[in-house]
Amino acid sequence: MTKSVEGQQRDPLLSLRGINKSFGAVQVLRDVDFDVRAGEVTALVGDNGAGKSTLIKCVAGIHPFDHGDMVFEGQPVTIHGPKDANALGIEIVYQDLALCDNLDVVHNMFLGREVKSGLTLNETEMEKRAGTTLKSLSVRTLRSLRQNVSSLSGGQRQTVAIARAVLWNSKLVILDEPTAALGVAQTEQVLNLVRRLAENGLGVVLITHNMNDVFQVADSIACLYLGQMAAQVRAKDVNNSQVVELITAGRSGDLGLQPQVAAEAGVA
Amino acid sequence: MSTTETPPVSQFDLETTPGQGGIGEAAGAYRDRIKGGDLGALPAMFGVVVLVIVFGILEPDTFLTEQNFANLINQGAAIMVLAMGLVFVLLLGEIDLSAGFTAGTGAAILGVTLTEHGWAWPLAVLAALATGVAIGFTIALLVARLGIPSFVVSLAYFLGLQGAMLLIIGEGGTIPIRNDAILTIMNKNMPVVLGWLFALIVIGGFAGTSMWAIQSRRKAGLQTPALSVWAMKVVGLALVVLVFVYLLSQERQRPNAPITIQGVPWVVPLVAVLVVGLSFLLTRTGFGRHVYAVGGNAEAARRAGIGVPNIKTVCFILCSTLAVVAGILIASRDNSVSPTTGGAQTLLYAVGAAVIGGTSLFGGRGKIYDAVTGGLVIAIIANGLPLVTQKSGTQFIINGLVLLLAASVDAISRRRTAATGR
Repeated sequence: MTKSVEGQQRDPLLSLRGINKSFGAVQVLRDVDFDVRAGEVTALVGDNGAGKSTLIKCVAGIHPFDHGDMVFEGQPVTIHGPKDANALGIEIVYQDLALCDNLDVVHNMFLGREVKSGLTLNETEMEKRAGTTLKSLSVRTLRSLRQNVSSLSGGQRQTVAIARAVLWNSKLVILDEPTAALGVAQTEQVLNLVRRLAENGLGVVLITHNMNDVFQVADSIACLYLGQMAAQVRAKDVNNSQVVELITAGRSGDLGLQPQVAAEAGVA
Repeated sequence: MSTTETPPVSQFDLETTPGQGGIGEAAGAYRDRIKGGDLGALPAMFGVVVLVIVFGILEPDTFLTEQNFANLINQGAAIMVLAMGLVFVLLLGEIDLSAGFTAGTGAAILGVTLTEHGWAWPLAVLAALATGVAIGFTIALLVARLGIPSFVVSLAYFLGLQGAMLLIIGEGGTIPIRNDAILTIMNKNMPVVLGWLFALIVIGGFAGTSMWAIQSRRKAGLQTPALSVWAMKVVGLALVVLVFVYLLSQERQRPNAPITIQGVPWVVPLVAVLVVGLSFLLTRTGFGRHVYAVGGNAEAARRAGIGVPNIKTVCFILCSTLAVVAGILIASRDNSVSPTTGGAQTLLYAVGAAVIGGTSLFGGRGKIYDAVTGGLVIAIIANGLPLVTQKSGTQFIINGLVLLLAASVDAISRRRTAATGR
């Protein structure tokens, strides 16, 4: 197998080695290696059923790995549940966002982790911190922090969900198809925001089907093919058709799985 | 391919937020909200005005008297308290159909312990409240842990508690309440001076706490509502409270009667304390925020680490306990407890009160004072209708129509909210 993970000056923020995961008889992930660097956007691409969601759910602590090693900030770690992942600074923005329409932006950003002074909620502190976080992301699309989420557009909701993930000094933010339901202008806004997260020094994983998104913001591209990591490459070293080939066939020229491996995987 | 320089996400600015523009802008924002389907207390206000005019024209001699105004408050108090409890359950998108008979059961426990066992009244009240807690807890167990729809669970309790009341009271029996402390709540009035003092505390308390909130936001550098808006709200509240206390401070006894009846009924400060306390719980504490979150999107609440079953349990316990408080009020008003206490239209009146006040049957939207404004509407109907028509058939039909009207307004405003994306 050719794993063309490039030599880098910095150590990866998150490093997965030899990850295997089965659901019953079905092996969903097979010896997957995956690296995420701080300050970079890593696109995780693959066809439906390639194992993208399973991989991030394992990182998030929703499913345990069967075997394999996870290294976070140079330390080997094991994650037993979502709380462990949050404690390490790993946040996931799910596709359905999980916002409460009847609450305002500040309430949603602090949902379940409200700042209190004594018994009461400290609204001023929460509003200040929410404002600071949104400003640090250069978000100016929100008219008021006190408007209900139900009055926001799809892109604004995505923005709130991402800002919520960033609020907690998170180090790694995983975005599950953030642009899937958005129009052109809003997709642009969200991609800019994704870029800005990386510029602020976070590690960003972007799961997407959209090649335009990938080449617009990603520094590194990881292609899953039927549960195996076909290749993780620098975005500037490949072109659109090569990535599509990696997604659909598991290999493209010298890149990707060896022919017989790809064929076997295809049979399996 | 990574862009090194990213343009700002959009041209709007976080700082140019509305809210500094005084009364005009506040009125504009209010108009926008109503257009967007968020009617708030508007239907209730509208209802009060229309009903007072209608009943005032039809029955000017009996309806528009100080005596009847005091009556109306006594009739409304129990409905309001019951509705406050229901607000918690309705906020979750659940329902408690048994709340009326929970009130009755609590009253029955109170009556039996007070009158038949001669307990001191604080103990009897505690026993009744504990009954409410137990009822709410078991309902919550079945709804939140076992996953039975609350509609079905509370319907079963509706029947079961009716039976329990018959067993506690004895079939066909009526237990008289003779304890002065319990009877005072609904039958005695505060001295007139105390009534005015109460008015000042309410107005001063509102003006003070809202000003304090504005100041602390200003200190934190956040946008604040204009002072003119604050002043208008304070003046509006002051007017309502002062007129209310003035009307109740008039002599209500017939001319030449030996004793005088005047002053604010004791139940008013009790309801006021409940409104303030429960509103605080719902809007200023983490628990209250989580209630709204569960009602708005239970899955999002769960992923945010909120214990959804626990929140539901506390809400059902609060509902049943407040229902018992309402039951004690009914017992105090009737001077007795019978197997029909809390039965008949009591529950539907309370649900109607909450919904007319602006609490949604679909969950996630509602406030404690909805129960008061809506309760006032229901109380006026319950008070005025018998003056207009003696036929109970007509009364039932009109009550049913009012409830349907309230639910329709709720459903339409919800559709409008969805359509305008609010």
